[in-house]
Amino acid sequence: MLIAVLLPLGLFLFPLWKITLEAPQYPTPLGMYIHINDFTDANPHDIKNINIMNHYVGMKYIPEAIPEFKIFPIGIIITTVIGLIIAFKGNYKWFLFWFILMMVLSAAGLYDFYLWEHDYGHDLDPKAIMKFTNPDGSIMGFQPPLFGSKDILNFTAHSYPQLGSLFLGLGIAGSFVAHLIGKKNHKKALRM
Amino acid sequence: MKNILKSMVALLSILVAFTSCNNTSNQNAGALSGSAAEKVYVNPGEHDEFYAFISGGFSGQLSVYGLPSGRLFKVIPVFSQDAEKAYGYNEETKPMLNTSHGFVPWDDSHHPDISQTNGVIDGRWVFINGNNTPRIAKIDLSTFETTEIIEVPNSAGNHSSSFVTENTEYVVAGTRFSVPIPQKDMPIKDYKGNFKGALSFISVDPEHGHMDIKFQLIMPGFDYDLSHPGRGKSHGWFFFSTYNTEEASTLMEVNASQNDKDFIAAVNWKKIEEYVNNGGGTMMAANYAHNVYDESTHTATSTMKKEVLTVNPLDVPGAVYLMPTPKSPHGCDVDPTGEYIVGSGKLSANLTVHSFTKMLAAIENESFAGDAYGIPIIDFEASLAGVVEQPGLGPLHTEFDGKGNAYTTFFISSEVVKWKLGTWEVVDRQPCYYSVGHLMIPGGNSQKPFGKYVVAMNKITKDRYLPTGPEVTQSAQLYDISGDKMELLLDFPTVGEPHYAAGCPADLIKPRSKKLFKLEENNHPYATKNEADTKVVREGKDVHVYMTTIRSHFSPDNIEGIKVGDKVYFHITNLEQDYDVPHGVSMIGANTSELLIMPGQTETFVWEPKQVGVWPFYCTDFCSALHQEMQGYVRVSAANSSTPLRWSLGEDIE
Repeated sequence: MLIAVLLPLGLFLFPLWKITLEAPQYPTPLGMYIHINDFTDANPHDIKNINIMNHYVGMKYIPEAIPEFKIFPIGIIITTVIGLIIAFKGNYKWFLFWFILMMVLSAAGLYDFYLWEHDYGHDLDPKAIMKFTNPDGSIMGFQPPLFGSKDILNFTAHSYPQLGSLFLGLGIAGSFVAHLIGKKNHKKALRM
Repeated sequence: MKNILKSMVALLSILVAFTSCNNTSNQNAGALSGSAAEKVYVNPGEHDEFYAFISGGFSGQLSVYGLPSGRLFKVIPVFSQDAEKAYGYNEETKPMLNTSHGFVPWDDSHHPDISQTNGVIDGRWVFINGNNTPRIAKIDLSTFETTEIIEVPNSAGNHSSSFVTENTEYVVAGTRFSVPIPQKDMPIKDYKGNFKGALSFISVDPEHGHMDIKFQLIMPGFDYDLSHPGRGKSHGWFFFSTYNTEEASTLMEVNASQNDKDFIAAVNWKKIEEYVNNGGGTMMAANYAHNVYDESTHTATSTMKKEVLTVNPLDVPGAVYLMPTPKSPHGCDVDPTGEYIVGSGKLSANLTVHSFTKMLAAIENESFAGDAYGIPIIDFEASLAGVVEQPGLGPLHTEFDGKGNAYTTFFISSEVVKWKLGTWEVVDRQPCYYSVGHLMIPGGNSQKPFGKYVVAMNKITKDRYLPTGPEVTQSAQLYDISGDKMELLLDFPTVGEPHYAAGCPADLIKPRSKKLFKLEENNHPYATKNEADTKVVREGKDVHVYMTTIRSHFSPDNIEGIKVGDKVYFHITNLEQDYDVPHGVSMIGANTSELLIMPGQTETFVWEPKQVGVWPFYCTDFCSALHQEMQGYVRVSAANSSTPLRWSLGEDIE
């Protein structure tokens, strides 16, 4: 359980997610890493160049900082502290509690990410230089995929989790395993 | 009768044999030409194996080619103004072309040579000489831009230049025309004994490459034609070919061709360097420009230097010797081991090869055949290593493949001849179209040649390409020299007359080639690093516009309050930080060129509006989908008007 609790701290070392944009004019694709507390360039100046591309269709600049960059790290620290207390004091039932807590928070985080992406891709400047419509006449959005790959005009966008997410996922899974092992041991102890 | 029959049969069989021979050779030619195409074909999107830097001759520039494709990538402006790149037109690079004669917008560029470390090409810089108004330029191979030019005083016809020593300690510049030193008003007929030839050793800072004339060796008044450094065992020496040892000053084609032998001058520069470092030499008043381009300010400055250290060869015993070499030698080329010095007596039927070892022995034994103005002349036989007998007519220049072979160009018989060092036997020859001058093997002027190709640079083209009126293209030819026999692969046109070239494997340079200039490292005094800081400042009649470009607009793009008679400086910073996104700019009626500004760079052009009106400017480089919209207006009012100075972007000026 201790290991499971500490694994999500890897989020402070490794990026959570990566969005990559490929196009013929970019033999080296543009890319952006999403960290728990930051956006960073995959290659120097990538975010600046993504912004320049996106302003043609009226997308907002990728912000220097978003509120989540403050909330998420605090959330991870709080859940880690809770997890540590559970690891030392709690039993397997509490392990399950932490597992569920983390699942809910992660899902909330993903939903938040989706909302941001949706807003980023759809809240377009009405004076956008180029306006595109879908076949049904509605205004085309430029939301990158939450997970997977998607063609957006001349770009192919890829969105995949990174090492940080793996640490988080392993931590969450680890807590569930800890719960199962704890439960098994508990039953064994009961039988004896 | 039997005999006749027999001989008939014999004759027939010989004929058949010959015919079949012809057939096979024809088939071979077909197969060969097919493989020649394959050998020079570089697939779309793939890169050439070698860079070749080919001098632009009377264009004054240096062009960059890929080998084996012969594709032209860039013409680097060096000694001539280039309106395409604003070189010599924008305020930043005008100082690059400053000389003691003022602004000289042209020169005749001759002999590029790439910097070396431990006798091997390192791909950091390429040096090239301006022949007419003597100058040496340094081009930085991380930006492919000319970053330094030093004028050479006491020199004229800067031709035996710009060759580097084994660790780029020096780039050497020798005078072709001897002149009065210092210059003075005197009768031309008093040339003999009074004119002198200056051989300049220009030190190169190992880190930044900054050039400085360490010393000038003031030699007798011969014509110093070409030069090459010693290497390996002969490192520390430099060799110069001479003609006009007759010291004639008129009808040179006859009067400078009378002596049976001229000289190759061997200069022990290490010895002179030591002499100079110990306080030797005479400081002499001079006036020459030293122009340095600073990559961080994107600006060149020109400084006039006022003195130069001169050395009389007689003051440094054992430093200079003369090796007799037949008939006005042109090329003076040192093999990769440093042992052989090949003199191409251009009016001689033979090639003369001197031995460095034998030269040292001759000096040791004082095997001298007299002296010229006190400089010992080594006995011809004493330093002679061998003679390549009758290889062709009009030998000019030799390079080496590092496998014991030498390749010499012959201007008159228009061919490249391959011969063996040591045995002096001719092993192959291939025609050139036409009248070849120099040739180049990548790394051929170093200890480590890459003996895969030779590029022959021709002086005459005639009918080789589609005609373009009386003036036809200049031309180079590529030969495969990887086998026993040379094979002509490709003709390709060149920019200006290709005098000489330098080449090296692309991998030496490619990884260091910059993609952009970092905006945060831009220290141009008029740089504007974001749109919020753009402004227009009036200082009397001078108006400074601090402008930026980013896809796809100028900031500001509306300017009012400019008056007739103003001198308007447009300082434009390209805010882009993406590879290959330059912006250009041009102003209607500006008496200068466009600007072509690389990402992160600041450049300046001057506009002096002469007419009242509203005058547009626009981006000249198709930068983006909205390139056509990248434009702006400047309102010019009468000289006595009171239109306030205002500027804006994205809103109407109130």
